[in-house]
Amino acid sequence: MKEERIISFPHLGDYYIPIKFLLNKLTKLKVMESPPITKKTIDLGSKYSPDFVCVPFKYNLGNFIETLENGANVLIQAGGGCRYGYYAEVQEKILKDLGYHFEFYTLVNSDRITPRSLYQTFKKIDSKIPLYKMLYYAPLTILMIRYMDNIDDLIRKNIGFEKLKNSFLTLKKEMLDSFTHCKGYCSLTKRYFTYKKKFKNLEIEKPENCLKVGIIGELYTSMEPFSSYFLEKELASMNIEIKRFTNVSYLLYQKRLERKKNLRYIEKYCKYTIGADGMDNIYRAKYLIDQSYDGIIHIKPFGCTPEIGAIPIIRKVCQDGKMPIIYFSFDSQTSETGIKTRLEAFYDMLKIKKG
Amino acid sequence: MNAYLGVDIGSISTKGVIINDDNQILASYYLWTKGNPIEAVKTLIRELEKQVSKQKLHIIGVGTTGSARKLIGTMLNANIVKNEITAHAIGTLSLYPDVKTIFEIGGQDSKIILIEDGVVVDYAMNTLCAAGTGAFLSSQANRLGVPVEEFGKIALTSKNPTKIAARCTVFAESDLVHKAQMGYKKEDIIAGLCKSVVSNYLNNVGKGKKIKAPIIFQGGVSKNIGVKKAFEEEVGCNVTVDKNGHLMGALGVAILSKKAPLMTNFQFSITDDNFETKGVECNRCSNHCEIICVSKNKKLIDAWGNRCSNGDIMSKQR
Repeated sequence: MKEERIISFPHLGDYYIPIKFLLNKLTKLKVMESPPITKKTIDLGSKYSPDFVCVPFKYNLGNFIETLENGANVLIQAGGGCRYGYYAEVQEKILKDLGYHFEFYTLVNSDRITPRSLYQTFKKIDSKIPLYKMLYYAPLTILMIRYMDNIDDLIRKNIGFEKLKNSFLTLKKEMLDSFTHCKGYCSLTKRYFTYKKKFKNLEIEKPENCLKVGIIGELYTSMEPFSSYFLEKELASMNIEIKRFTNVSYLLYQKRLERKKNLRYIEKYCKYTIGADGMDNIYRAKYLIDQSYDGIIHIKPFGCTPEIGAIPIIRKVCQDGKMPIIYFSFDSQTSETGIKTRLEAFYDMLKIKKG
Repeated sequence: MNAYLGVDIGSISTKGVIINDDNQILASYYLWTKGNPIEAVKTLIRELEKQVSKQKLHIIGVGTTGSARKLIGTMLNANIVKNEITAHAIGTLSLYPDVKTIFEIGGQDSKIILIEDGVVVDYAMNTLCAAGTGAFLSSQANRLGVPVEEFGKIALTSKNPTKIAARCTVFAESDLVHKAQMGYKKEDIIAGLCKSVVSNYLNNVGKGKKIKAPIIFQGGVSKNIGVKKAFEEEVGCNVTVDKNGHLMGALGVAILSKKAPLMTNFQFSITDDNFETKGVECNRCSNHCEIICVSKNKKLIDAWGNRCSNGDIMSKQR
């Protein structure tokens, strides 16, 4: 008998839920999520990665190894406009060299991801996927991601002020669980609004002029809490309202729609896109200044080229706007104490400044 | 009389001050940490006690800062544990209210703090690399067979400082060996080292920062007059070094402990207690967090280092 095909993919925050949902609905393959990211994941990933590659590569590779060990044999990887575009090829090669047997598919082969190219890739994974299913479930998943992101925005605004510890995260878990069981557009939307109401009803103690901080920077470290050493959690424990721009909804469509508008907004500083989210982050810095936020935290993996290009411009924007900004560079060997010390000092600075 | 204790436990040295309500330093002491913060702090407390034994002091606030702040904070039952950046800024501002820039070079870290109207507006701390810090200078002094305390004086005698590659400790070291073998004079090499510390600092930590006078230079390396001179040449204005420059962190955190709530019940007899630390690896998930347990007289008083509730030893104790 032919071996059962088990499909798996790397982690990115909570997004394994919609991805799993989509794969389950579309394909007949068994879907297995990779084990949650732990220190073992990054240790494994770093062991088999080139030392100077950016850290998301190491996390992804660690995820792949762990999930292959658990029996997965079909892997998918995305790609993007920076070094991310080369992840798939290199990782496939490393894993094959390690002696694993698997099929490997890349969702984004070029810079453009179109519904057509996506369907063609899925056809390769499972030739029996009917087009109507794709047309029904792909937008449904995108809607689910959008709802998740909306709720996350709401959570980030309020989680630092929750009265009952963990009330937000518990409810979020419940909501995500409920999302996976939705049947269609109607039931998803219904669930979303029910939970949105529940989130709004959670008790918070939020002072009028609380500290507000914006997180900008590279996408993976923004979206995968483990890779930023739970930066957002740390900020929430300091009673700070957090604004973060990068999420999958943004990357999927918002980014493309807003490009021209954002470039116009920062034309004094930057006239064209500078790769990946570089230009977007300059826009965000300017936006946060204009919205009178108290501080900006810029995060990136060590050696992230688009962000390195953006930093001098962001620095100028912040100097002009007198905006406190702190930069963090994450690597597999970053000292957690060092981050905490700097973050604490940043908090003290904002707090004293605000009075 | 009410008094406050501030302790700054750095990687290389441990500093402590006792201040009164008017922020006046009643006692201060400075010693090497020697990789054993607990013992160092015990010695520190004994010395401080000696200095104030004639006065009837009632210590109602204890603050700790520096890289061992958490451990020592637990040990001394501190009412405030603060990062060294804030502590240094507060300490310096109490003596120099109009300071605009603080250069700080310690044993393993270096930082720059920019101040406007008495409020910290920007800061930076060295990342990844300890090049151009005290540890580098003292290891090079060792190599040259010169006590690090005399480094500055020797540097001042040089008329023609040797250029030394400053970007990286390892490269600087090999360049130094190379220059010595080429036959450069010792004082020129030492002066060159002081210069390299400064250019490294300004290029890494001070990168992109607007440095404005008045400037205060502190931390262990500020005791090195050669580095001070090199700074003045580089930034083109006067750089002040306070005679208590090394105590600023301790002073700052002592001042902060005044404002913090919950006055602690601190006794000098703490030096008789037996403190032990133990690192345990938590095996409840594949994170394998290293949990540090601190016990006082064989009784566990605190533990930290766990990423999730699985490793929460303290809550299980209670």
